Order: sequence, then structure tokens, then C-alpha cells
Amino acid sequence: MEVLILSRLQFAAATFFHFLFVPLTLGLSILVAIMETKWVRSGDDEYKRMAKFWGKLFIINFALGVVTGITLEFQFGTNWSRYSAYVGDIFGSLLAIEATLAFFLESTFIAVWIFGWERISPKLHCVAIWLVAGAGTLSAYWIIAANAWMQHPVGFVMRNGRAELANFFDVITQRFAVIEFVHTVSGAYILAGFFVMGISAYHLLKKREVSFFTKSFRIALVFALVFSLFEVVQGHFNGGEVATAQPSKLAAMESHWKTQKMAPMYLLQIPRLSGEGNLIEWIPIPGALSILAYGDPNAVVKGLSDFKAEDRPPVFLTFVAFRTMVGLGMLFALLTIWGFLIRKKLVDNPKYLRIMLLAIPLPYIANEAGWMVAEVGRQPWIVWGLMRTSDAVSPVDPTQVAVSLIAFVLFYSLLGVVAFWLMARFAKKGPAPLPAQG
Amino acid sequence: MLETIWFALWGVLWAVYFMLDGFDLGAGALLPFLAKNEEEKRYVYHSMGPFWDGNEVWLITAGGVTFAAFPTAYAVMFSSLYSALMLILFCLIIRGVALEYRSKVESHGWREGWDMLLFISSALPALLFGVAFANIFQGIPIDAQGIYRGTLFTLLNPYGLLGGLLFLCLFLYHGALWLGIKTGGELEQRSRRYAKVLWVPLLILAVAFLVATWFATNLYQNYLTYPVLWILPALAVAGLLATRLFLQQGAAWKSWFASSAVVVGATLFGVAGLYPNLLPSSIDPAASLTVTNASSSPLTLKIMLVVALIMVPVVIAYQVWVYYIFRHEVSPEDLAYEEGY
Repeated sequence: MEVLILSRLQFAAATFFHFLFVPLTLGLSILVAIMETKWVRSGDDEYKRMAKFWGKLFIINFALGVVTGITLEFQFGTNWSRYSAYVGDIFGSLLAIEATLAFFLESTFIAVWIFGWERISPKLHCVAIWLVAGAGTLSAYWIIAANAWMQHPVGFVMRNGRAELANFFDVITQRFAVIEFVHTVSGAYILAGFFVMGISAYHLLKKREVSFFTKSFRIALVFALVFSLFEVVQGHFNGGEVATAQPSKLAAMESHWKTQKMAPMYLLQIPRLSGEGNLIEWIPIPGALSILAYGDPNAVVKGLSDFKAEDRPPVFLTFVAFRTMVGLGMLFALLTIWGFLIRKKLVDNPKYLRIMLLAIPLPYIANEAGWMVAEVGRQPWIVWGLMRTSDAVSPVDPTQVAVSLIAFVLFYSLLGVVAFWLMARFAKKGPAPLPAQG
Repeated sequence: MLETIWFALWGVLWAVYFMLDGFDLGAGALLPFLAKNEEEKRYVYHSMGPFWDGNEVWLITAGGVTFAAFPTAYAVMFSSLYSALMLILFCLIIRGVALEYRSKVESHGWREGWDMLLFISSALPALLFGVAFANIFQGIPIDAQGIYRGTLFTLLNPYGLLGGLLFLCLFLYHGALWLGIKTGGELEQRSRRYAKVLWVPLLILAVAFLVATWFATNLYQNYLTYPVLWILPALAVAGLLATRLFLQQGAAWKSWFASSAVVVGATLFGVAGLYPNLLPSSIDPAASLTVTNASSSPLTLKIMLVVALIMVPVVIAYQVWVYYIFRHEVSPEDLAYEEGY
């Protein structure tokens, strides 16, 4: 039991920390690639400065994304050996393919991009950053396909006491994987858009490098707007998918206890920290949950009371994370629409700029909350319906895990502080002037 | 048959990883001894700049392939070597960050701090990889349930430590040669002098390891059965002699390639001797994890083989291209890069 809790905490810490950096990597690489493409096409050196400035922040962030990813891969073996042996046939192959197909590409060409400004032609250099961006998103697909398999296992047979691959194509193309991927990646793109907008807003408020940051802001704004609107619509379908595949998770997301038709959603609702039912249920919207889940107000939505207690996910955490994510998602759509309406006169709207500066952390919170919904809501299963998390843990000495957990937390906190301090430092400093020869 | 192919690929992936990351781990570990001033330090950092990240992916792939092709072995191996692996992971994290962040702030204290961390996080994994692999060659105390019956200190036995020292010395040597290629002037001369000095203990450790392997492990069994396998240790030994010869002649690249042959030959020497075991049990031979009892299903192995046969050559092609475009000596212009190290 002790090893279980320690290992869960350690994995949660490692995932949380990894995912502080991954979304920005995914989105910012695309924004930098767009900027550099504009430079190559137009020859306007301002875009080169943009690619270099945002690229530098990208690199600081990228480094931590990479190194924390290595830890995650190895932790399946160190801390979750029972799980690894049970599903490695499927899960392991997805990770291995991700490394060969995508991660190699990303890590090799980021170096070409960093060190290649004078060594290769601008066009080829621009191709390098597009390869980094493409590889990042491709990499996300494989990792999320692996996660989706834990959420909704398909394409396998039980043989030799473990899950063995039966249909590879099903595993990598199942609906759950596609939907989860689109949702996660859009969230990442929104984060990157808000990151660029927030830092641009900081400089625009000070009226520094106005042309540079107005252009940066607008590129990021369009990007974030598209994905924020998309995310609101797509999130709805995501909910429907969860309702069908993981009814107990859906019930926990809404802290919905009583099985009923016309299941309501409450505008204000506070679940009990432990025990059943809600402390507060105010302002019901009848049928809203039935519609979210099955697109039909009369559909029956199974409540948590009808799941055995040992099959229920932790309700409070799942609920809070879900509400946070949804609320923030709506806010992002509103903020980007607002921005789009005033895109021509950004500098004259200090109020909006100030809000956007303060909004930088919000997509981080939304992205982490999204993972909490996915992973906490999946409990008590590590692989939905197949294997419980408590059966997955390594038979190792708890002291080892305790020591490594403490080391992880201390060490990651320290690194996080350094990384964000360094990013803030360069972000505040603004772009460097180009050397005279261009 | 499929399992055997994957076993061979598994060995090759580790060998390539050690060959590539070996030189940058070595260079990082040599930093405090070789580089005498700030400029020289930056040359050392830049010598690894465009390469270390791509090199490290070979580790991810080797780890990923262990997971995918031999899940049971992955599970038992990684949980048994828990603390050693955690230490390696922490080091690799620190290393990546040190390389990327060190030159981003112009402060003496900041840079000295990262330099120290780079040194530790380069030397320690070199040592620990050796300890881990020597223990795998020798067998570790696992029972039939795949539960590790030793402690952290079980791994620090004489043969394990000898393996660790051999890896460390080999990587230091490999790294010194690399620095000789990538730098000029005094730093280049110093790197070569270091390489010449390091070659002596390397030779002694290599011989000691080959002899100790006879007594501590069953690796030679396969060599007696299939004499053709002697090619692998012969490659390592020939490389070891050739690299010194080339170094004497001042043929830097040739010397580095010969030392790469040592790394690959030494790794494959162990792996070939290990077959069909992936992880022998030192307390119960029946509990050993082998290519048959630890492998994935034939379908998974087949699909992965297709992916590997297509993608690995592609990866090699673009990585070779990257080595080619950055083949030059690090120059003052490189140091002037604002994104650089």
C-alpha cells in the first residue's frame, strides 16, 4: 500500500511537471515556424528577429520538456513493473515507435535549428523548425494513443496472462485516441498562443518594440482564437465519448450521484470532500447533463450511487478539475474573440493588454486540470476495466520510492523555478537587435 | 527467430547509444580538468552542442525497445535497478538543463555551478551504466516472481564496479578524442595528451574485465559454442590498439572511429555472451528472463520490426547529415551565436 501511494504521487509529480513544458513546446514550435516562414517568404528581417526571440524562449522550455519525458518513460519500469509486464506488448510498442518516428526527428532538428543559422540556407533552416513542430505533434499522437488505450483498451486479446496485441490498426486509430489527441493538442496550442500574447502585451503596455510585438500578438491571436473556438465545440464531443466509454468518470466529473432521466447540471455545485452526494446544488439546468452525455435530454445518466464504491474515481478532485478546465476554456474563447475585435488597435487598449498579461498562467492551469480529469477520473483503473492501479505497482522497497519521491519534488521545484525565471528574464528583456550584416 | 532478431537489435541500440552519448558524457566529465578558462569551457560545451540531444534519443529508443520487445525483462530489470536508474535519470535531467542553461546568464557563479553539475551528471551515468550492465552480465538476485532479492549494495560488487570503471574510462577516452577533433590550439593539444594518458588505464581495465568476465559470468559459454562470435571482442581489442596508433599519427577522426569500435565491440561482446538471457538470475537459473519467456507477442515484434527497418535507416541518414554539417572545428563565430551555448 505504501509503495502504491508513493509511486502514484511520484508519477503524478513527474507527469504534472512534464506537462508544464510540453504544451508550450507543441504550440510555440508552430508559431516560431510560422514567423520564420514569413521571414523566408518576405525577406523582412523583423520576422527573423521574431523567430529568434520566441525561439529562444522555446529552447529554454524545450530542454525541460525533453529531460522530464525521459523520466516518465523509465518510471513505467521502475515503479509500475506489474503494469509494464501486463500491457507492455501494446503500450511499450507505442512508446518505442514514438521514439523512432518522432522523438529522433524533433531532437535532431532542434539542434540543426539552434546551431544552423549560418550553416545552412534559410529555406532549409525553416524546414528544420517545421520538422521540429511536426515531430512534436506527431509524438503527441503516439503518446496519447498509448494513454487512450489505458482509458479505452481495444485491439487486444488476453493471452499468456497479459494483454497481447490483436489489431494494431484499431489501437492507433480508435476514436478515443483521435478525440483525446485533438483535445489535448488544441489545449496546447491555446497555451502557446496565450503565452505569446501575454508577453507581447507586457511590451505593448510599455510601448516597446510596438511593431514587433503587435505582429507577434496578432499571429498568436489568430492561432489561439481558432483553437479556443474549436476546443469549446470539440470538448462537447469529448464529453460524449467519455459518457459512453467511461460512465463512472463522467459521473465523477459532474458529481452526479442519482441515476436519472433528464439529468441536470448545476450552475453552482459543491461535492462533499468524502462520502456521497453534494453539499450544495443550486440552479439546476434540467436535462443538461443528459444532453452533454448522450445528446438527448431524456437519456438516462447513471449516477455514482449505482457504481460500487471501489469502482468510483475520487469525485472531488475530478469534479473540481473538470469545472476549472471547462470554465477556463470558455474564458479563452471570450478573450480571443474580444482580442480579435480590437486587433487593429491593441496598443490603445491597455485594459485588454493587462488582462492578457495576467492570463498567461491560466492555460497552464487548464491543461493540467485536463490531465487530472483524464487520469484521476480513470481511477481505480490503470487500464480501464482490465487492471487496477493497485495491482500495477512494482514490488520494490518503499524506502527507495520515498527517497526518489522527495528527490523528485525538491529537484523539480528547483528546476521549475530556474526555468520560469530564465524565461521571464528573456521575455522581459525583449528581442535582441540583429547584427549589422543581417 | 523474431525474438532473436529483436535481441540483436536491442544490443545494437544500446551499443549505438553508448558510442554516441559516450563521447559527450566523457567530454562533460572532462570539463573541469581540460578547460582552463571560460572560453575553453564554452568550446567544450559547443563540441557537444548540436549532438547531445539526438544522441540521448538512442537511450530513449533502447529503453522503449526493451519495454516493447521484452516487457517482462523491462519490468524486472528497471524495478530491480531502481536506485541506480533513478540516479541516472536525475543526472540526465541535470545534464540537459546544464547544457542548455549554462551560457544563458552572464554570471560567474551561475556558470561555475552548472559546470560542476555537468561534471557530476556526466561522470556518474558513465559509471552507473557500466555497473548496471556488468551486473546484468553477471546476473542479479531475482526470484521466480521477478522480485529483486538484493539491496542497493548488492550491485556494487567487485565485478560491477570493474564494469563501471571500464565504462567511465572508456567514455573519458572517447570524449577526449572528440574534443581533440572539435577544438583547436591548446585545448586540442591538451585533449590529445589526456587521451594518450587515459589509454593506459583503459587497456588495463579492458584486460582485467575480459579476464574477470571468465570468472564472474557465463558469457564465454556462447563463445565456446559459437566461435564466430569472437569477432566481437576481437573488434573491441583491435579498435583499442588501432585507436592508440591513429592517435600517435595525429589522425583524429580515425582514432575516434576506432574508439567507437571499442565501445560497440565491448557492448556487443557482453550482449552476445548473454544470449538467450536478457537478465540472468543469480539465485535461480529457472527465474532468468530470456528472449523466449520475456518477449512480446509475435505480432508486436513483427510490427515493430517493420517500423524499425524503415525508420532506423532514416534516422541514421539524417543524423549522419547533422554530424556532417556540423563536422567543423568549433569556431569563435559559433560561440557568438545568441542561441548557442
